[in-house]
Amino acid sequence: MSLNLSHFAAAVVFAVFASTVFGITQKETPMEQVRYGLYCFALFVGGVFLAGWVMALLRR
Amino acid sequence: MAKPTTDKVKNAAAEPEYPLTTIAVVAPIVGWLIPGGGHILLKRYLRGILLLVSVVTMFVIGLGMHGRIYKPNGGDILDILGFVGDVGSGALYFLARIMEWGDTLAANAAADYGKTFLIVAGLLNFIAAADAHHIALGKKP
Repeated sequence: MSLNLSHFAAAVVFAVFASTVFGITQKETPMEQVRYGLYCFALFVGGVFLAGWVMALLRR
Repeated sequence: MAKPTTDKVKNAAAEPEYPLTTIAVVAPIVGWLIPGGGHILLKRYLRGILLLVSVVTMFVIGLGMHGRIYKPNGGDILDILGFVGDVGSGALYFLARIMEWGDTLAANAAADYGKTFLIVAGLLNFIAAADAHHIALGKKP
């Protein structure tokens, strides 16, 4: 088996599963867990875009 | 008048708020060996299955990207920490070692991402095992 994910795809897949575990383990009620998981996912993916733009601007 | 207060302090010291039970010891061990197993043992089935799927998928993706599995070592600190992260996956780590999966050196970017997926899967499983311990103690619903 060989997987060839792009950097962005790998980052999004990583964000999905890491956010799931963070949501379940860091909060108590199901609603809090869902909200925290979505919050972590948004931060992960937002961080990818932010870092991408910073690197693109530095490259100019 | 001071006696009841002293008794309360003595009782508090004698009986911890969250006493350590057998299940509080067994659940994190099971959770470490089988990702999500601790939660399933404690009848948190949905959480357990989600943890199982998350950790196993990350581990499989890591192997699929030809990530490296660290062996026990006493060398570079990053290699030692890599081993600690990998071994967090419990049975998955031992299975990978037995089957000689991940016995490669990172030669490209994808393999480097794969190595990160493998380490993070183990670290997330450590968090999940600690969570199972807290649930078993009664600190968390």
